[in-house]
Amino acid sequence: MLIRKHPSVLVFLALLAVFTLAVTLMSEAYGSGVVPTSTVKTLGKTLCLALAAVAMDLVWGYAGILSLGHMAFFALGGYMIGMWLMYARTGEIVAATLASSPVPPTAEELRQGITGQIFGVVGSTDLPLTWSIAGSLPMQLLLVLAVPGLLAFLFGWLAFRSRVNGVYLSILTQAMTLALSLWLFQNDNGFRGNNGLSGLQNIPGLSHVPQSVISIWFLWASALLLAGGYLLATWLTAGKFGSVIRAIRDDETRVRFLGYPVEGYKLTVFTISAMICAAAGALYYPQAGIINPAELAPIASVYLAVWVAIGGRGRLYGAVIGAVVVSLLSSWFTGGRAPALDLGFYRIDWVNWWQVLLGLGFVAVTLFAPRGLSSLVDALAGLRPPRRRGADLGPDAGALREKEAEA
Amino acid sequence: MTALLEVSGVSKSFDGFKAINGLSFSIGPAELRAVIGPNGAGKTTFMDIVTGKTRPDRGQVLWGERSRSLLKLSEAQIARAGIGRKFQRPTVFEDQSVADNLTMALKALRGPFAVLCWKPSAASAARVAELAGDVGLAERLAHKAGELSHGQKQWLEIGMLLAQEPRLLLVDEPAAGMTLAEREQTTTLLRRLAETRAVVVVEHDMDFVRRLNCKVTVLHQGSVLAEGSLDHVSANPEVIDVYLGR
Repeated sequence: MLIRKHPSVLVFLALLAVFTLAVTLMSEAYGSGVVPTSTVKTLGKTLCLALAAVAMDLVWGYAGILSLGHMAFFALGGYMIGMWLMYARTGEIVAATLASSPVPPTAEELRQGITGQIFGVVGSTDLPLTWSIAGSLPMQLLLVLAVPGLLAFLFGWLAFRSRVNGVYLSILTQAMTLALSLWLFQNDNGFRGNNGLSGLQNIPGLSHVPQSVISIWFLWASALLLAGGYLLATWLTAGKFGSVIRAIRDDETRVRFLGYPVEGYKLTVFTISAMICAAAGALYYPQAGIINPAELAPIASVYLAVWVAIGGRGRLYGAVIGAVVVSLLSSWFTGGRAPALDLGFYRIDWVNWWQVLLGLGFVAVTLFAPRGLSSLVDALAGLRPPRRRGADLGPDAGALREKEAEA
Repeated sequence: MTALLEVSGVSKSFDGFKAINGLSFSIGPAELRAVIGPNGAGKTTFMDIVTGKTRPDRGQVLWGERSRSLLKLSEAQIARAGIGRKFQRPTVFEDQSVADNLTMALKALRGPFAVLCWKPSAASAARVAELAGDVGLAERLAHKAGELSHGQKQWLEIGMLLAQEPRLLLVDEPAAGMTLAEREQTTTLLRRLAETRAVVVVEHDMDFVRRLNCKVTVLHQGSVLAEGSLDHVSANPEVIDVYLGR
């Protein structure tokens, strides 16, 4: 039903499957080895970013809430899974060290050892309360969704109930992510402050499996999650619910007079989108290997909005295109692999000039393709609107004007 | 006959300006009423208060058989209680099809989760088609609302109001921007609707009000100046002074 109504979903899923298969067949672990493990990791991370962009599109492109704090949920998801990864992995190491001692270690000794290893760097000897269930994977997986979901719910409840809208809401979301980042920076809050959580690429219980294999597993997981998130977002936006949230984006007051509790809808979309973001983050950071409070910097969330804008908001595949194109270009340019441009009098070093290029690209897309890169898909499908130079589309003055029609 | 809506002693001032001043108004469950008055008489503020957009400083607004106060309810709750509002400018969702616009307005549960689980049925599709037929948009169900002409948008909005099945309809200047033929259609429709529900029409156009042929309430400076048939109020010297005479 969903697919019959939205054939683009099928195209998207097929492309995703082909991409994943192709990377697998070219990987070091399962194929020819053309694609190095580091690239596989970059691609896997890109899929997670694409899912975050889908979540952003849901909240901004469909419901019209320009959240500039969505990467906070992404990073929180990463922190929650990172706690388990670090705790369980350190546990293995400590257990191996203590195993050589004549008396088998008690559970308390083990805990002490883990605490010392993880929190010695911030000069703490007690395991923070927040880490008391860090040894349990199911509990931490639950927290991956619960903590960002609850934060989004509380934040949204306060903001939407007071009818904070537009740019004021965007500023509030920026403040939220900044405050959270500053809080995490403090050493005594139990998240290792500036150091963040590291060594996340070492999966507990899988120390015998090489990274080249693990990276492929994570690529598959990321692709599956993206497919699932994309289907969920399509389902949300396809039916009457999607109709209502788009109506809220276009004319909130009118929707209220239709009897819809607008705040409830915004809260639902905001919370679901935060949880999708968090799930994406929980798969991203094990591939990145490290997470620290700088990941929650306000600029990260602004980038997310830029990806969606460049890709084309209000379309789910637009968000994916934007995130994939911009983040891959970004890692190519900033990775130092892009050849520097020598102008004779000045050398354009892309590591520094990439930001300028991105800025110009953003301006160009806004000016020339307001519907983003995804309008290229329209062009390919032959949906290009004729150039009418603003004339009426129909015979009389009451007819459709060009600006009213869909581009 | 008990009143469906009873507004009593309502006052509202904006920065010292008394937009509504001790206004009392009541309407029965099946009645057509025209509200007229010069600019600034408080017509729009009156509608804002009834629909919950504006909270009055003083007074009571009671609704229905159980005389429930509307003052504590949000706009959405008031709309769900059965008060529909037609705005002066047609406000339809231009980015969505006529069918989607009507489906959204159909009387159904309004909560986010109920709507997520809502599926179109043969009955809902038939109702949408019927409503579209009622307002002359049967051919344009699949078109985007943005493609409609101004008059058609007005009709679509009326169709959406009908879909809500309200017990009280507040209609703000329905005749604005309509052709003569469309006006006649509108009068017929409003009179037909008032057979089964309460309809309040706020209008500037005296000719249109005469055509409605109903009880008229004249507002002036935020309170009721006169009430009765159009002939009765137009004979009132005060009314002539502030409104009709000009």
